[in-house]
Amino acid sequence: MQDWILLLVLLAVMTAAYHLGRRRAVSGVGGPSQVHRLHSLPAYYGLYAALWAGLPALLLLALWTGLQDQLVLMLLQAQLPREMTAGLSEGRLGLLVNDIKNLASGAMVSTEVSPELQAAAAQYARLDRLGRWSMWVAVLALALGCGWIAWGRARPRFKARNQVETMVMAVMVIFSSIAILTTLGIVLSVLFESLRFFSMVSPLEFFFGTLWSPQTALRADQVGASGAFGAVPLFTGTLMVSAIAMLVAVPIGLLSAIYLSEYAPRRLRAVAKPVLEVLAGIPTVVYGFFAALTVAPFIRELGQSVGLDVASESALAAGLVMGVMIIPFVSSLSEDVINAVPQSLRDGSYALGATESETIKRVIIPAALPGIVGGVLLAVSRAIGETMIVVMAAGLAANLTANPLDSVTTVTVQIVTLLTGDQEFDSAKTLAAFALGLTLFAVTLVLNVLALHIVRKYREQYD
Amino acid sequence: MTDQTPASAPHKRTIDAVNASLKRRRAKERRFRRLGAAAVALGLLFVALLFADIVGKGHTAFQQTYIKLPVVLERAQIDPEGSGSAEVIARANYLGIIRAALRAHFPEVTARRDKRALYQMVSVGAPQLLRDRVLADPALIGTTAEVWLLADDDIDMVVKGQIDRTLPESKRRVKDQTLGWIERLESEGRITKRFNTIFFTNGTSREPELAGIAGALAGSFYTLALTLLLSFPIGVGAAIYLEEFAPKNRWTDLIEVNINNLAAVPSIVFGLLGLAVFIGIFGVPRSTPLVAALVLTLMTLPTIIISSRAALKSVPPSIREAALGVGASSLQTQFHHVLPLALPGMLTGAIIGMAQALGETAPLLMIGMIAFIVDVPAGFTDPATVLPVQIFLWADSPERAFVERTSAAIMVLLAFLILMNLAAVLLRRRFERRW
Repeated sequence: MQDWILLLVLLAVMTAAYHLGRRRAVSGVGGPSQVHRLHSLPAYYGLYAALWAGLPALLLLALWTGLQDQLVLMLLQAQLPREMTAGLSEGRLGLLVNDIKNLASGAMVSTEVSPELQAAAAQYARLDRLGRWSMWVAVLALALGCGWIAWGRARPRFKARNQVETMVMAVMVIFSSIAILTTLGIVLSVLFESLRFFSMVSPLEFFFGTLWSPQTALRADQVGASGAFGAVPLFTGTLMVSAIAMLVAVPIGLLSAIYLSEYAPRRLRAVAKPVLEVLAGIPTVVYGFFAALTVAPFIRELGQSVGLDVASESALAAGLVMGVMIIPFVSSLSEDVINAVPQSLRDGSYALGATESETIKRVIIPAALPGIVGGVLLAVSRAIGETMIVVMAAGLAANLTANPLDSVTTVTVQIVTLLTGDQEFDSAKTLAAFALGLTLFAVTLVLNVLALHIVRKYREQYD
Repeated sequence: MTDQTPASAPHKRTIDAVNASLKRRRAKERRFRRLGAAAVALGLLFVALLFADIVGKGHTAFQQTYIKLPVVLERAQIDPEGSGSAEVIARANYLGIIRAALRAHFPEVTARRDKRALYQMVSVGAPQLLRDRVLADPALIGTTAEVWLLADDDIDMVVKGQIDRTLPESKRRVKDQTLGWIERLESEGRITKRFNTIFFTNGTSREPELAGIAGALAGSFYTLALTLLLSFPIGVGAAIYLEEFAPKNRWTDLIEVNINNLAAVPSIVFGLLGLAVFIGIFGVPRSTPLVAALVLTLMTLPTIIISSRAALKSVPPSIREAALGVGASSLQTQFHHVLPLALPGMLTGAIIGMAQALGETAPLLMIGMIAFIVDVPAGFTDPATVLPVQIFLWADSPERAFVERTSAAIMVLLAFLILMNLAAVLLRRRFERRW
């Protein structure tokens, strides 16, 4: 909690810098009656001082809090007595360090407390305290120093407004590049781990192998120790669930979009449209719960009553519910493009004597088709990337099957299962999740780019 | 042109062909219209089914079964020296006291196994609740008080009718013997259902009757607050720059395409990013609202940027020209004139982004929010879980009683989401201006 106090202190310093800078500028021209002789409004002199007092110090604070713990632990490990660390593997060492940290903070410790451990904990606490105090001193010194320099510049001829605006502009440029940085971060992190994975497992096996069993053994002599990473069953499972979802979502979504935009009386439209859009706002975990506890048992019983053998975690249940989730997505995108079709096309068709449905089928849909296809592609990309429904309602077993009543697993399910247990960063099992993530990212990216391109092209056509 | 029939057959005019087909075409028209109406009806039916299912399963969780028993709170057992100090009272053996009360009420139960079944009627959390009760009211010591004891989840399920009493014993979780005790207690008026405050004040637990959503709610609150704090300024800043200042060139085109794509990237990929970058490289502590907020910020940014840009676009250029005309700098124009007018639209976008973040689960599973955490978090760096993840964890639990609790947690989550969306709609209605 100390860091929060420091943050408050920093805010106080900024406020003080604002008032001091402003006052210095005003008194520099001889009091409030003379402010018209300043280059900028007085507030800008204050802002200039406050920004200089705050921004560098905040940056330092963020960096320091991010790095201090690692630095302290490194120092601590270097200072541990030789007999404590001798012959310990990396994992053991991590446990030891954890114990030391816990002991220092007064939490439970997993091993017996030896005097050496006690000493190490004391050392850790000392280093930690030292680090915190030096952070306070450094951050405050930086804030006061920069603030003082900025305050010194607050003279009447100083172009404070231009300076402040340059700083604000720079901050906005940084903000807008965060989107690029995010993409870069995704690509680099996923790519880097995937490359490590592909150095252990050949890409050929990964993309074309048909056996998926990522369990790696704890001991080298166990049966089935190597694990198999053939992702084809995951791809087919993902495709099957998505296909079922699209079979539900596209007809219902498209037809309701057509009905709502062309036929429905205004009253019905005003009620039905927002209600349908509620489906888009429901969290996916809720759909997952609905699929696993209501739809799956229902389908199972239905199947049993007609003599079919349905798995309790069938692809059908997950796909159906996912389709329901995607309905509003398809319908609102299609409605947009249907509404974008110029009225003149409709009028032309009616003038030739076509009925409404003929106009829709022969004129509006063909005219809106590129947009609809784009929307459907976006929906497919969403279905492929959907996680919670399949985690909760589809299975874990990687079956290579074409039977929708069977249990299948998907790419996203495997990512979640591989990464939500105990992890070690260099086992093929963990890294496989990143390879799957890369595949998922690449496929959805291609779909999205394609879809957005089609939609944009289409819009330009009628604008 | 198609009319090539010779004049010798005058009855084959186009109008006849049209008239002949008219009936079929009108029927087709009606069919198509009905198909559309059916699609809408089906969509609405799904909404109704979903809500009916959740509410039907969850509404019972807001009540909890209690058993009233005369409990002998002997001074010798609780506070033998009469010191009255809280420490001594807190250390007494309340489990033994409750068990004695059960034995006293059912004196016919003597066999060891039967006794164990009897003890299991009361929640394992009951002794602690009794302790708190005695601590709050030390005057009870030395009396025999009628105390409402928290029932076990199986008893709760029987009383609420979710375990069918008519099933054969072998298919039922609760045995005939226990059922007999429940029926006796019911006939004596010693069983009641009360509003389930535990559900709102406790963190999670392995015991359904002791599990609550307070921890998850607090975690969601911290996460969302930090997400808003980070993503709103960044999103608005980026939107202003991209919409108003950025030169039209390759670089800004790239950013533009990029933002649109990020909005459609599967959320689980953001989890991978958080795991590899925030936890792996920067060492942000796992399972904390801090790391969750960082991931969710990156996830909601595209939504906020896109809606903020739309809001900026809807401010007419005349406002900008007027401000520039009286000598405002371009940034002053933006911050003093355009931004206040665009703010309602931006806030609407931010609320929708926050609603999206509140319901998000998948990326948070990757960054350790899935850990079993009983304590209610008190800060941004405490281990925590969030409401949707709590729902996911409970949905996985085998106990029957967790089904209704999961549904109830979903109801709470949906209530928050509906409130947020309502706020967005109201904001839009209240401040929307047509120029």
